Amino acid sequence: MTPVLEVRNLRKTFGGIVAVDDVSFNVNDGEILGIIGPNGSGKSTLFNCILGQLQPSAGEVFLHGKAVTRTRPCDLNRLGVSRTFQLLQIFPQLTVRENLILAGQEHQGTMLSRLFGRRDAGLTGAANQMIEFFRLGHLADEKAGGLSYGQQKLLDAAMAFMAGPRLVLLDEPAGGVNLTMLQSLRERLRAINAEQGATFVVIEHNMEFVMALCTRIVVLAEGRIIAEGDPADVRRNPKVIEAYLGH
Amino acid sequence: MMVSKKTLAVAAMALSVVFLLVAPFLFKPYGVFILSTWVVMTIAAIGLNLTLGYAGQVSLAQAAFVGIGSYITAYLTTRGWPFWSTYMLAGTSCFIVGWLLGYPALRVQHHYLAFVTLAFNTLVYLIFRNEEWLTRGIYGIMNIPRPEVLGWSMAKPIPFYYFLLAHLALISAATWALIQSPWGRAFIAVRENPIRALSLGVDTRRYTLMAFALGAGLGGISGSLYAALVQFIDPTPFALGLSLNLLLMVIVGGSGYFFGPFLGAVVAVLLPEWLRFAQGYYLMGYAALVMLLMIFCPTGLLGFADRLLTPKAKSDSGPNPVLPDSAAPQKAAG
Ligand SMILES: Nc1ncnc2c1ncn2[C@@H]1O[C@H](COP(=O)(O)OP(=O)(O)O)[C@@H](O)[C@H]1O
Ligand SMILES: [Mg+2]
Repeated sequence: MTPVLEVRNLRKTFGGIVAVDDVSFNVNDGEILGIIGPNGSGKSTLFNCILGQLQPSAGEVFLHGKAVTRTRPCDLNRLGVSRTFQLLQIFPQLTVRENLILAGQEHQGTMLSRLFGRRDAGLTGAANQMIEFFRLGHLADEKAGGLSYGQQKLLDAAMAFMAGPRLVLLDEPAGGVNLTMLQSLRERLRAINAEQGATFVVIEHNMEFVMALCTRIVVLAEGRIIAEGDPADVRRNPKVIEAYLGH
Repeated sequence: MMVSKKTLAVAAMALSVVFLLVAPFLFKPYGVFILSTWVVMTIAAIGLNLTLGYAGQVSLAQAAFVGIGSYITAYLTTRGWPFWSTYMLAGTSCFIVGWLLGYPALRVQHHYLAFVTLAFNTLVYLIFRNEEWLTRGIYGIMNIPRPEVLGWSMAKPIPFYYFLLAHLALISAATWALIQSPWGRAFIAVRENPIRALSLGVDTRRYTLMAFALGAGLGGISGSLYAALVQFIDPTPFALGLSLNLLLMVIVGGSGYFFGPFLGAVVAVLLPEWLRFAQGYYLMGYAALVMLLMIFCPTGLLGFADRLLTPKAKSDSGPNPVLPDSAAPQKAAG
């Protein structure tokens, strides 16, 4: 079966720094792949190159077997790939519900139908469902900027799921989130993975979170893949231990 | 503060509409002329509010579009074209030029964009002044006719005032519908966090260009009406000063608030007339007001009212700063 995502010999340099160095891996349908590695090992840069936010210096990206290297992020998103960023990225002046409607509105119709069509693009129902699913019900009409950090983080994740993506790339979804929120987030991700068959790639520092969530793990150090395998194996891998301790 | 914001807004709007409708009977012809100027400038400011207030793109070129619209109507109506055709042409030409001017906005932001648009305004002004074969330069274009509507002449000040008011009503309604549509939300998204918007499928490039084009188109329409209002145009009013003035209207009124331009134009167009007795002090007062407003309430008069009327004002530190991913302070390794 063709992998959902195939990354081939991806490379990204910033001046003299090689941030991503000849990285290749596949992501299979329905799996939750974890990407771990010390700070500065190139994880976020890898995401940005895959998603067209940055231009890779070399290499190729395939989505369901089709080359999508250098495709614009908005086009890629409409092909069913969505993401979150390492830093919180929401629209503070829009309400929680409007944030979610925005996340779905560009996936249907045309520019014209969005101009003359309904204000909510017919998405209020879907947004409300997502709000319930992420337990943000009491906040639906609050401006997103007024939410707590943890709630904003949940909203950020919820936006990535609004358009029913087939592949979701999450950059440190658990960063700065408290324990209860963390558990809730993990459950939500698992549920979406199981019920909708969405495929995930998750960058995460929180080892426990990764080990509990992911079915397979890729370890990055200094821009290169140094290990790959199931969580238990990776944890025991001496190269991985060295990369983390030697840092 | 038990009155809801909405009730207050509706009441204020109803009062304003009543005032605007009876105003011609309260004022001398000069007063009607000033009110007509207010209508025209409000339309231009509504356009700039789309570009700057909603989509967050700084433009110092709005006067250029008002000028282009004015010259199109002046040149063509004095050669016998019907007003309506020149009006449509003014709107569409400015829409197209605005679209093209939007391209630099895809590459540069903030003060760089301000400089690009400023240069454009200067260029257009120089064309108005120097290309005499086309614009008659500093001699200007005289005897611009006023239109007829269904056989009714709009030549007299009061009918023309109502003619302008009807335009303002229609344009306001259309703009309201626009910002209430998914486009309005997309504009705000482009303003607040373009990187995130892009990752959610929002074609930020297209919306940015659209915001420029629509803002410019309204500038052109305002210009077309302006030419018919003053009936004589020369290059002077379309210099950078008007662009700055329109920018101030948007910001003082409340950038990104629907009624911001209306209020901003009151401050910039009507107040100076009412405060004539203060003479030169008016300008000082205006400058002081703008400075105080920008220091204590950068969201303008409506932003200020909004803050006053919002129950239990939380310490709202405004929009979150949006940093690109790589600018993040890195956490300690896990
Ligand atoms: N825009 C940029 N310009 C220059 N260097 C960058 C940029 N973005 C990332 N880097 C560098 O690339 C390397 C990888 O960074 P990053 O991908 O953020 O790592 P991670 O997400 O694994 O912590 C770091 O050395 C970082 O300093
Ligand atoms: Mg990172």
